[in-house]
Amino acid sequence: MERLLDFRRRCGHLKRTMPDTTRLSPSEVKQLALPGPLSLDCGETLETVRIAYETWGELNADKSNAILVCHALTGDQFAGSDNVVTGRPAWWPRMIGPGKPIDTNRFHVIATNVLGGCMGTTGPASPGPDGKPWGTRFPVITIGDMVRAQRAFIEALGIDSLFSVMGGSMGGMQALEWAVQAPEKVFTAVPIATAARHSAQNIAFYEVGRQAIMADPDWCDGLYLAEGRRPARGLAIARMAAHITYVSESALKRKFDRGLQDREKASFSFDADFQVESYLRYQGHSFVDRFDANSYLYVTRAMDYFDMAARYNGRLAEAFKGTPVRFCLFSFTSDWHYPPEASREITRALAAAGAEVSHLEIESDKGHDAFLLDEPVYEKALAGFLTANAELRGI
Amino acid sequence: MSETRSIRADHLAIASRVPAGARVLDVGCGNGDLLALLKEQKQVNARGLELSPHEAGIALARGLSVIQGDADSDLEVFPDDGFDVAILSKAIQQMRRPAFVLQELARIAPEMIVSFRNFGLWQRRFSLVTTGRMPGHRDWHDDGALHPSTARDMIDLTHAMGLEMVAMAPMRNGKVGEFRSTGLSRLNWGADEVILHLRRSRN
Repeated sequence: MERLLDFRRRCGHLKRTMPDTTRLSPSEVKQLALPGPLSLDCGETLETVRIAYETWGELNADKSNAILVCHALTGDQFAGSDNVVTGRPAWWPRMIGPGKPIDTNRFHVIATNVLGGCMGTTGPASPGPDGKPWGTRFPVITIGDMVRAQRAFIEALGIDSLFSVMGGSMGGMQALEWAVQAPEKVFTAVPIATAARHSAQNIAFYEVGRQAIMADPDWCDGLYLAEGRRPARGLAIARMAAHITYVSESALKRKFDRGLQDREKASFSFDADFQVESYLRYQGHSFVDRFDANSYLYVTRAMDYFDMAARYNGRLAEAFKGTPVRFCLFSFTSDWHYPPEASREITRALAAAGAEVSHLEIESDKGHDAFLLDEPVYEKALAGFLTANAELRGI
Repeated sequence: MSETRSIRADHLAIASRVPAGARVLDVGCGNGDLLALLKEQKQVNARGLELSPHEAGIALARGLSVIQGDADSDLEVFPDDGFDVAILSKAIQQMRRPAFVLQELARIAPEMIVSFRNFGLWQRRFSLVTTGRMPGHRDWHDDGALHPSTARDMIDLTHAMGLEMVAMAPMRNGKVGEFRSTGLSRLNWGADEVILHLRRSRN
């Protein structure tokens, strides 16, 4: 959110524009085709899956220093370097780099675009078996499917086990899923600002977004790419609704309060009189150029379906029984998207399972987005956790 | 820095009561000094609970597993009998609900080690009589001790809760005396701080 403070300059007009569709089928990103088909939770099989990825830092000789960084809903594989397709800056530059908490002098850092995403990994915007974009013919996927795809990808890289798997928000769900699916393949897991299940409130907010997309006439029953159209307005509204949940009430008050946008008094119209309106419109508008609306439907659905305990008769501790994985969770006090209580629930289950678990609840007024922002206690603690465990592992 | 700090006498005394290889929970573990000592000397399976994120972060960076939380409300994350020993070092008088915290510790582990400041020390008794002020309490309103108690008060509470006192040791001038199961009057008169080794009653 910080870097968007200059949004005023850029968002004077929010007229409907035709997005640049070439960005949604990026050909210049690094990709790897999985060696075999991928079976999905829904019962279907994807015959060909391509995974788009980026890496930073060297893989050591015994391949023991790999960290997989998993992205959130609208993130991508460009965690540690600028996005070559959109030109946007890396999304986790504070954490990844030489001498940073995820130190690329020590670790080999890998990030992939999730299954169902739109930055080069197979998803609804990719060509289907008939050569036309999948659209809503793409099978519904789960967080479990995303992780199975990542596991096949990591295996294809010749890496047997990860030193760590980490991520915030949906990335944290993937970290948890990895630890449960393949506990012997993960030394540490760092789920940040996340939950073991989507709450009714989470589902509700994402349903508003999905309905906004599907209500846009340009959505064309999901086949807009074939029609040369884009449901940009629906997607922008989806982003606006979701974005409210990523910031705290106090952060909105601190940044905007009831401030007016480029005017002295209210216009008695439905223009963006308030700064907060202008900010949200900018958030929505800038999003549609870089994200595929169907990907938004699929990926939010995957999050809605996420419920780790459901597979274990509602007992989350069962999911972690006997796990050798060393966990470190972070949550943020003002996060109401995935509140600290959601992390406490995971911590409780891990403690009950006898797992090595740490949980830091970071005092912050920045809301859910705090995991991407300047939070010194959090950064220092994460660096400390990784360093101590790297020494334990002999890296 | 903490690695080079000299080991505290009370930590060594507590360590002497912990069996090797035990599962230990240190409530209010701070930067993890005691847990690190227990890991090194007794190869325990160590976990900590600490209120301050800063201190918890330091413990984390030492490779310790620490959950940031408040002993008054967050002990519920730990399962029944999840540990062999629960330690509460110099924190019980800072709790809002000392009895509840003790009850939680007894749920989590069959054995407990609790240390606290003894307000029964004779100088403190005289100080109150002669000065009319709470002993050592110039900041009585803001020093964190919500529930100052004497050794006798604490023993009474543990008895009332059905906990068995295995042994107790006095601490004075930075030195810890022997652990004994008798001699409360003398300890209550002469100890600056007290370390109690408690056990959940078997019935």
